[in-house]
Amino acid sequence: MRRTWWIYLIGVLGLVAVAAPFLWMVLGSFKTQGELLRVPPTWWPDNPTTQNYGDLFNKASFPRYFLNSTLVALVVTAGNLTFCSMIGYALAKLRFKGRDALFVLVLATLMIPGMVTFVPLFVLVTNAGLANSYPGLILPFLVSPFGVFLMRQFFSGLPDDLMDAGRVDGTSELGIFGRIMLPLTRPALATLGILTFLGSWNNFLWPLVIAQTEDKYTLPVALALYSTGQNAQNYGLLMAGAVVVVLPVLVMFLAFQRHVTKGIAITGLK
Amino acid sequence: MVHDTAPDEALRTSSGGPRSGGGARTVGSRPRTRRLDRQTFAAWVLVLPFVLLFVAFTAGPVLGSLGMSFTDMRQRDLRTPFAVNGVGFGNYVKALSDETFRKAAFNTAYFVILGVPLTLVVALAAAVLLDRGVKRFQSLFKVGYYLPVVTSIVAIAVIWRFVLAPDSGLVNTVLGWFGIDGPNWLASKTLAMPSLIAMAVWRNFGSAMIIFLAGLQGIPQTVEEAGQIDGAGSWQRFRYLILPLLRPTVLFTSVTTGIGYLQFFEEPLVMTQGGPLNSTLSVSMYTYQQFGFGNYGLATSMAYILFVVIAVVTFIQFRLLREK
Repeated sequence: MRRTWWIYLIGVLGLVAVAAPFLWMVLGSFKTQGELLRVPPTWWPDNPTTQNYGDLFNKASFPRYFLNSTLVALVVTAGNLTFCSMIGYALAKLRFKGRDALFVLVLATLMIPGMVTFVPLFVLVTNAGLANSYPGLILPFLVSPFGVFLMRQFFSGLPDDLMDAGRVDGTSELGIFGRIMLPLTRPALATLGILTFLGSWNNFLWPLVIAQTEDKYTLPVALALYSTGQNAQNYGLLMAGAVVVVLPVLVMFLAFQRHVTKGIAITGLK
Repeated sequence: MVHDTAPDEALRTSSGGPRSGGGARTVGSRPRTRRLDRQTFAAWVLVLPFVLLFVAFTAGPVLGSLGMSFTDMRQRDLRTPFAVNGVGFGNYVKALSDETFRKAAFNTAYFVILGVPLTLVVALAAAVLLDRGVKRFQSLFKVGYYLPVVTSIVAIAVIWRFVLAPDSGLVNTVLGWFGIDGPNWLASKTLAMPSLIAMAVWRNFGSAMIIFLAGLQGIPQTVEEAGQIDGAGSWQRFRYLILPLLRPTVLFTSVTTGIGYLQFFEEPLVMTQGGPLNSTLSVSMYTYQQFGFGNYGLATSMAYILFVVIAVVTFIQFRLLREK
């Protein structure tokens, strides 16, 4: 018992260190430009103002960026849930030629950096007439090696008896996948769904390259360009913008956190 | 692998039992191959969308990038990507002899060599703290430490610019309480990179912590008890009993953290634009800049150098840390 109090003290200090920049951001987003430049800085806003959030609507089109980010993330998530579970099932449970080679290929691409593919991808997408378009933003991310790996691992853990029972009942192979096996993977689908959504929401390099006019910007692209462009000194606007980028993700993570941490532990250790 | 043998069993039962619905229709011919055909067909249907997208947007560009790195392709060739001239290893030679690229490579190595061990040490310390000490509210701490991992690096970088601001920043305010006059972190040639590393540790340690925690929880209590009986102190137990058992976990976290850090990009782009005096310019950021200048061939050669380095570093990590 003697030992516990200081262990908790360290733990709480760690939490404070993790949370402090976020609190700084939220408090700062309600301060006026003058107050943000004051030395020494204030903690609590003197005259709390929502002006910065108003500016996100008036001076910048953050609602538009928000919709773009949401749309892209939703479609990318739907694509990953559909296609990764399909191939994950085939790799785990069906026999076909080239199965092992395909799986090795998928694994090999897990560590390919986005930097390696983005230039030819840009050339390809531009020549397909998809630069600065939603399909251009979405198509390259509809499947991910990570998703395939996760779903394959999960399907491998399901018993084959269920498939055999389906075959005996005369269910087609695709029916066995869709109606018997897929509903059992709900926990894995939840994990994949939330991780894919978060990944797409935070994705930066590709949208930065392919979104060329403001109406196609996603939130991180807009925030990065504002923070390095002519608004670089508009601290209040940037803080409020950061809140808009971070807050939905934090809420979502807190709501589904068990799926996230479980999924990471599963894929990390298997 | 259990699932590999299972379809065989399915075949046996179905060919042996023609009364079953699915088998009845195929029993006249050769049910065994029919069944296999149907499985193959289903497999192709299930695999096809992935394969098409994968070939078009991953495998194709990986090879395209390699090809492009041996050409003099520039932005003006965007519409005619095949009408370019080969330059052999010209781009690679140019990149490796470029003073700025070397500086970027040095910066990236600095970031990785300091950043990865620091991240893992903090992550392991946090995991041990939660596993051994903090029993109550454990999940609260776990979620709290993990929070920065799920947030956008761009947003984090914007926030940290204010946290590290010279006069009105959070860090220097806290230092001021102790009578320390904090420097202008991001404007200093020597301090900008350590600042970025500190931010990376802060953002990423939660991810490795979760994996360490799972690893620690997989170690049976009896291991520690045995150490206790032998009279080992708590540090000795950790060093000689627990840590060796965590080897696979350390391997996994060092590989994933290393791959991520070798590509660091958003942090300098948003916080320092690579400055001051290129002291935070990373290979990824320089590659992106060359792309922006329209030097596509050169940019892809730099990306491939990074790719090869990532592969080599990963290989070395496996060699050093794999179980003997």
